[in-house]
Amino acid sequence: MLRTRSRRATASAHRATAAEHPARARAHTTRLTPLAVVVAVVVLVGVALLGLLIGPGELAGGRVLAEILAQLTGGVSPLSESEAAVVWQLRMPRVLLAALVGAALAGAGAAFQGVFRNPLADPYLLGAGAGAGMAATAVVVFAPAVTAWSLGPVGPLPLAAFAGALLGVGLSWALGRSTGGAGTAGLLLAGVAVTAFLTAIQTFVQQLNTDTLKQVYTWTLGGLNITGWTDVWLVLPYVALAALVLVAAARLLDLLTLGDAEAASLGVRPGRIRLVVLAAASLATAAAVSVSGLIGFVGIVVPHLVRLLAGASYRVIVPLSLLGGAAFVIAADLVARTIMPGELPLGVVTAFAGAPFFALVLRTNRERLS
Amino acid sequence: MTGAATTTALSLHEVSAGYGAEPVVRHVSMEARRGRWLAIVGPNGAGKSTVLKAIAGLVPRQGTVMLDGTATDTLSRKELARRVGYAPQNPALPERLTVTDYVLLGRAPHLGTLARESASDLSIVEDALVRLDLAGLAGRRLGTLSGGEAQRAVLARVLVQRTPLLLLDEPTTGLDIGHAQTLLERLDELRREDETTVVTTLHDLTVAAQYADELVLIDRGGVVAAGPPSRVLTTERLREHYAADVEVLTTADGHPVVVPVRTAGAG
Repeated sequence: MLRTRSRRATASAHRATAAEHPARARAHTTRLTPLAVVVAVVVLVGVALLGLLIGPGELAGGRVLAEILAQLTGGVSPLSESEAAVVWQLRMPRVLLAALVGAALAGAGAAFQGVFRNPLADPYLLGAGAGAGMAATAVVVFAPAVTAWSLGPVGPLPLAAFAGALLGVGLSWALGRSTGGAGTAGLLLAGVAVTAFLTAIQTFVQQLNTDTLKQVYTWTLGGLNITGWTDVWLVLPYVALAALVLVAAARLLDLLTLGDAEAASLGVRPGRIRLVVLAAASLATAAAVSVSGLIGFVGIVVPHLVRLLAGASYRVIVPLSLLGGAAFVIAADLVARTIMPGELPLGVVTAFAGAPFFALVLRTNRERLS
Repeated sequence: MTGAATTTALSLHEVSAGYGAEPVVRHVSMEARRGRWLAIVGPNGAGKSTVLKAIAGLVPRQGTVMLDGTATDTLSRKELARRVGYAPQNPALPERLTVTDYVLLGRAPHLGTLARESASDLSIVEDALVRLDLAGLAGRRLGTLSGGEAQRAVLARVLVQRTPLLLLDEPTTGLDIGHAQTLLERLDELRREDETTVVTTLHDLTVAAQYADELVLIDRGGVVAAGPPSRVLTTERLREHYAADVEVLTTADGHPVVVPVRTAGAG
């Protein structure tokens, strides 16, 4: 009796303190801190600046910097007209496109990981990329004339890619489930099979038309070399929409980590959340794939680094992955176009960085796989 | 004492539930009185967990479940989650989530789809952490908790739902007798303080008899006995439904104690 009473006394004392200092509890919740956002934005802007300053040709980095300052402050441009065109018509859209593609792939990766409760889910590994690639290739090969049609950003290419991405993820999910439960390894192996199959169809289709063969082949390696502002405007609305949905759904993704029964007992509909998030993530993936081809591992590397550095809540993972993914792909693209005289496909660079990282993640998650 | 109608917090009428063609639970009817502790007992596979899931609306179901006189079919998912808190036998514990983040998820039924938690949600969480002696562990990751701490975190998550009814599926799974006792004592205190109705499944019959006001014995998906522990737990009944050699003794303060006995091969 005595013990109980003293416990209650302490409890009410604690409660009083809690009421006076509500920040005490807040200190333990994982939330997006201003510091984390500032760090992510600084990194992103820094990498983007490097992307603008560095490039092939005679243009010195210092003069580009002076040009940027001049444009920001309304001063006199130190560059010739053709030099300015290199900065604003070639490098700038390329950096922005890299940012959009990176944000899309990393955001989609985080979303897939949440939806499937699987740390190794990734748009590339789950067949979303391959599905989008297959559908986009089919459009280019069978109806090259159609690709010119568009209603603002709503063109046949992104739409086909979106359908293909959904198909890829849907097949992986269905196959993963049918092989006995939604285990981590089962889903991934299903993704491997689906990716191989869809890639085979894609290759078959691409070989059918020799006129578009080279164009499609270069695109499948992943790269941002067919750019200009058009592509930026093409993907921006899709990525923005998907990003908004994913950020808004982050709290619900945290609920999904409890599993379907517990999430449902907390008053949400897991199936509906999953559908909305999958649609948004597939849209982001499709938008990215339709302009940049197949770029792997961004969706694994970035969300995992964010988890490691900033915490395990999707309210942190989703927004920081969007920012971090943008920085990561700008940096990878910078490496791709400067490391050798010719240009290395971007997908090759991300795979060089991402595959060993994937192996590391695989190791740290080995209990979950067995 | 108020009238009989207002003291019934939960009633099941002819409830059948389960996945697939053959329901696990058939034609179950039972009642739980407000502020009391009801324990569902029965052999493995009898359908104890399915009954809890059927009340929480987590499994396909026929029949009626009433909460304070309202049929649950008329409530939305979210409204139901504000009235019924549920913890499964093996709750998912995302290992890198902090205790506070985890418990805060229990506020979901009180939030709009796109809303964020307010300061009052956080103070409710803080309060629950203190009541379950988790204040010192608020910033710890779930993966680093001991079994007893993890079970308390789950209880805290259910508690912040602020529901008048708690459904707990084997809340002492994986705990030794000391930790199990501590948890159940705490649960009993919380129940009295908040006047919450508690329905648990419990596999340990002696423990169930000590804590619950009423027992419902389930076998092969149907209710075979219900009432105060001393009346439900009889030697004959347990021998029949558990296919076990047991004897029911009574302690000095009148609680039944179930003791296994060995009749053959002892020499």
